[in-house]
Amino acid sequence: MEHLNYKHTARARATGEKKQALVGVVASGNLEVLVERVLPGNECEIEIRTAAEGFGEVWKEVVADFVGRRSPGGLKFSINDGGARPDTVALRLAQAARALEGDGT
Amino acid sequence: MSAASAATRIDDALAQSWYEASARQRVDALLDRGSFVEFIGPERRETSPHLPLFDLPEQFDDGMIVGRGRIDGASILIAAQEGRFMGGAFGEVHGAKLTGLLRAARELRTPVVIAFDTGGVRLQEANAGEMAIAEIMRALLEARLAAVNVIGLVGGRAGCYGGGGLIAACCSALAVSEQGRISVSGPEVIETNRGVEEFDSKDRALVWRTMGGKHRRLIGGAEIFVDDTVASFRAAAIALLAGAVTLTRATLLAEQARLEARLDAFGDCADALDIWRRLGIADAASVPAMSYGEFDALGARIVEVIHDAR
Amino acid sequence: MTLAEILASLFPQGSSVVVEDGLIHGQGRRVDGSPLHVIGVCERRAVGIDEAAKLARHVLEIIAGEDNAPILVLIDSDSQRMSKRDEMLGLNEFLAHLAKCLILADALGHATIGLLYGHTAAGAFIATALATRTLLALPGAEPVVMDLPSMARVTKLPIETLQAMAKTTPVFAPGLANLAQTGAVAATLDPQRSLAAQVEEILVASAREAGKDERDVIGKQRNGRPKAADIALHVQELARASA
Repeated sequence: MEHLNYKHTARARATGEKKQALVGVVASGNLEVLVERVLPGNECEIEIRTAAEGFGEVWKEVVADFVGRRSPGGLKFSINDGGARPDTVALRLAQAARALEGDGT
Repeated sequence: MSAASAATRIDDALAQSWYEASARQRVDALLDRGSFVEFIGPERRETSPHLPLFDLPEQFDDGMIVGRGRIDGASILIAAQEGRFMGGAFGEVHGAKLTGLLRAARELRTPVVIAFDTGGVRLQEANAGEMAIAEIMRALLEARLAAVNVIGLVGGRAGCYGGGGLIAACCSALAVSEQGRISVSGPEVIETNRGVEEFDSKDRALVWRTMGGKHRRLIGGAEIFVDDTVASFRAAAIALLAGAVTLTRATLLAEQARLEARLDAFGDCADALDIWRRLGIADAASVPAMSYGEFDALGARIVEVIHDAR
Repeated sequence: MTLAEILASLFPQGSSVVVEDGLIHGQGRRVDGSPLHVIGVCERRAVGIDEAAKLARHVLEIIAGEDNAPILVLIDSDSQRMSKRDEMLGLNEFLAHLAKCLILADALGHATIGLLYGHTAAGAFIATALATRTLLALPGAEPVVMDLPSMARVTKLPIETLQAMAKTTPVFAPGLANLAQTGAVAATLDPQRSLAAQVEEILVASAREAGKDERDVIGKQRNGRPKAADIALHVQELARASA
């Protein structure tokens, strides 16, 4: 198993009131993302546990791209990866942020 | 959000396929909006202590969601298995969450709904999984002995296999969809042990005739046959929660009689088609292709559900 | 020990215990002369719908009887019967029914003591041995959830790898020591001592206990299941608090 961790400073704090959200399932080609509103200011952290070793650079890029698009300040994302492709990872990160910021529910 | 759009969301949630839904989506859609309180949720990170040894990924809830909520206003305890994580199989933490829930149900006299979706014991934690199943069965039956209703719902991707099948049969009542399967040994295990002549695990029609939801409804292995929607499962859960509760000596005497009658009536049948014909279904071969509505009506005509056994 | 030796050591005065088609039933006398019911599976028989129905019937007859005598469940079985017929006719219901009868019998005052003296596996294990209040074993018993070759096939790991991993954890591999460590087996009896005396000690001790299922606690004490007991307790506490 590989443990990866990326810290960023986002452009802005994530909106909404919810404290946490979870999307996805740990299955082949899938992943779960737990997002918690626990960090100060615009700090943002993404920690990943994955059995697919050696893809650090790919994760780094996907994460940086997500942070740039989404401004998830104050949020910690914890990922258990079942071997998902980068586009699935990007999707789940976006879903997690959307679920946390709330879209009217 | 407006009341109208909130209502639409709820309708969408209820109309969704149970089979396709995740465990979390099932819990969310089954329960009255906003009523769910999760026990040991994913943020607690109570994961399997054994999967790392096998270099396998963990899931934060270990594939079992437990908590309290309301269904049509009535307070219940709820458990739901995630069939896509490790095949919904029982591991140490996964099982212990359900054990604790059932012990609480007995103490608090609160009914339980269990959404099964399991291949049985998680092999990487085989001994812990087997113990969990034994402890769950005991806790479930002790709850029933204390007049607490425990309802099972079966219709997920992993089916309800192995120890899951035994736990399901300990419930007060079961609802099953066409997609649901209930069995002890899985098709591949039977084939590996006894050969393809005994059971061809690749013959999907055979698997569904032998273990699938329609057959379970007809043979008496489940009380209600539901459509593959959350709405249908929710309605069945509400109906079953209102049903008979006590488990007594009389219940088990009735159950012994019911099972012996089944052996007498169908013990020499070679295939489920023969059983269905003996039940009085003239065109037994048409059963698998029947729509939900057609089959539900047929079941109501053909099979009398015995409520004081189990 | 063979079944005959076990019965002789349990009932030096003899008993009415008989074997029919791999199923055991009958009665003997305890040390104080009071009755001890016996049921079980021998000759490594698979437990299918027919076996489960017969055993359940014996348990129900015991429940219907006049006494409050304990039930000794002797086990040397295969796994559940693996066949199309058994699954088609609802094996899960038959096995669950047997477990229900044993658990109800115990709740009604017939303490259930399992004695695993041979093999057992999977669904048969759950419906017999693991449905008793107290499970004992004799040295040489081999309980199994799944045999290692099958496990190797399903997990796609070489059997040598599984064997090596089994040395560091009791959580998955077959065997009495591992099942005892995870809390399944309360005690292993000494074949050199009178089984009647040892079973009597267990019966007296179990009569004093509260009747709670403590196997998860024992599994934690023995370092076989580090998390189960605490997780179950925590869920109970949270449920209570949420009421």
